[in-house]
Amino acid sequence: MQALFGQLLIGLINGAFYAMLSLGLAVIFGLLNIINFTHGAQYMMGAFIAWLLLNKVHIGDWQLGYWSALVIAPIVVGAVGVIIERTMLSRLYKLDHLYGLLLTFGLALVIQGLFRNEFGSSGLPYQIPSLLQGGVNLGFMFLPIYRAWVIVASLIVCLTTWYVIERTKLGSYLRAATENPALVQAFGINVPRMITLTFGFGVGLAALAGVMAAPIYQVNPLMGADLIIVVFAVVVIGGMGSIMGSILTGFGLGVVEGLTKYFYPEASNTVIFVVMVIVLMFRPAGLFGRER
Amino acid sequence: MATTISRSEPARTGGNLMLMATAVMAIILALAPVAGIYPVFVMKALCFALFACAFNLLLGFGGLLSFGHSMFLGTAGYVCAYAAKSWGLTPELAILLGTIAAAALGTLVGALAIRRQGIYFAMITLAVAQMMYFFYLQTPFTHGEDGIQAVPRGRLFGLIDLTNPYAMYYTVLAIFLAAFLFIYRVIHSPFGQVLKAIRENEPRAISLGYDADRYKLIAFVLSATLAGLAGATKAIVFQLASLTDVHWTMSGEVVLMTLLGGMGTIFGPVVGAFVIIALESYLAGFGEWVTVITGTIFVVCVLAFRRGIVGELSAWWARTRN
Repeated sequence: MQALFGQLLIGLINGAFYAMLSLGLAVIFGLLNIINFTHGAQYMMGAFIAWLLLNKVHIGDWQLGYWSALVIAPIVVGAVGVIIERTMLSRLYKLDHLYGLLLTFGLALVIQGLFRNEFGSSGLPYQIPSLLQGGVNLGFMFLPIYRAWVIVASLIVCLTTWYVIERTKLGSYLRAATENPALVQAFGINVPRMITLTFGFGVGLAALAGVMAAPIYQVNPLMGADLIIVVFAVVVIGGMGSIMGSILTGFGLGVVEGLTKYFYPEASNTVIFVVMVIVLMFRPAGLFGRER
Repeated sequence: MATTISRSEPARTGGNLMLMATAVMAIILALAPVAGIYPVFVMKALCFALFACAFNLLLGFGGLLSFGHSMFLGTAGYVCAYAAKSWGLTPELAILLGTIAAAALGTLVGALAIRRQGIYFAMITLAVAQMMYFFYLQTPFTHGEDGIQAVPRGRLFGLIDLTNPYAMYYTVLAIFLAAFLFIYRVIHSPFGQVLKAIRENEPRAISLGYDADRYKLIAFVLSATLAGLAGATKAIVFQLASLTDVHWTMSGEVVLMTLLGGMGTIFGPVVGAFVIIALESYLAGFGEWVTVITGTIFVVCVLAFRRGIVGELSAWWARTRN
């Protein structure tokens, strides 16, 4: 029983990261119509910025720890994303969407290669911040506080994003621009700037996930490379039409993966891809998607 | 949704000119070992050139970007290596068996992937390929990280000893040229024309009565089969089938070769494969910089050089003639 709950918890944690990453991908895809292959690399950059802030940056005696990384890393990575969008991606909007995929794939290779040159490919440990160390014994299982924090925090981030996009005025502009950018621009809304900021936001979300992942997984230049492929499968399963769909699919698949680890560990690496195949056979548009 | 990827087809290049260029390419390749060019290098490049040509059949002429073509290369390699080593099959039978395995896998994956278009198609193929990667990582017959090593080259048709480097070289060259001419033939057949029509405007092709899904599936299976032929041949040449060939980086590499050489051109993938393989063996000592440089070439190609080497050359040729 202990082991089952343990795997379920790990599943929920993985699900939290799937949800945050697929949410960012979905938001970016909605407005830019590109799939951001650099997403995994940007998640990794978030984790590395957290590691660098903790280990290399001191202001007097004061260390820049986990809490400041939660703010700084998304801003820095988001700014890099804005630069990438302005200088490169914006040139490709008139072309086939596949060029966006190819460009971001190339950028991911460059970023991962540079980090491997600098930091090697073995993982760097990152300490859990002192406030979140330790755990609680729930009777049926032991719950490390940091893991509980990750689940709660990512839920808050996901639901806030959902609220902003589905329930606020800003979000309504965004949804309108997703439907028909030309018309929205005609109403006097600066769509290109909105596109840039959306990309920056989606990328920032990936970096935030990276910071939260740093104490759980080791900080490693390739930590995002394999993860992003799983997230692609999550996105195909959920369909990118709905924000809530991305969140639910992300968490749900994390749990499915956790259960598989308990009942049939050999298949835990492949279960999400198998689910994708099954969903494609019966609902090609994805669970929450619509046929376009 | 109309896919407009690459319209860089050379402006009505005459069939005679293409055949002449093919003949020149064949002669150069046939003379390469005599001229003292390291045969193993050319054989490697030829295997990848065939892989890239197979990929280009799908992307350049069908407009379908598969990001999981490594699974066909790797599957055929594993099956071929296993057949040659454990069952003691002659190389031609082992290669045939590997190619058939890739064709079967291509039929399954193709039927699934063509249910979605564009970006989804790319993500689905990538995800299925990753699933195959984990499968080969765990299943015992592939020997995990070690791969199937010391695959015997054997005797072609039971007669020709392929441990002789020249015999091996000309066998690879013959396979490559046969496949290359086959692809050329497919592209210029009525089937190829319909495929291009679907690439340019799928709804219109459907309204003209063509079963677009069937054409796309056939193109996918053809491409997978030829990629398998490349993988099986490669396993015999290098006497090795390993996880490298099924990893997603391999899928990325074949995209890069095609993009750099010129997608939608006949010779582009061949040129791209030779350039990338040469670059990789030249940079082998620089470790991770290879990834950085590969990525940079990707970015430059997409931003400034979308027609690729052959596409740019033929555009320049067309300009100067007018």
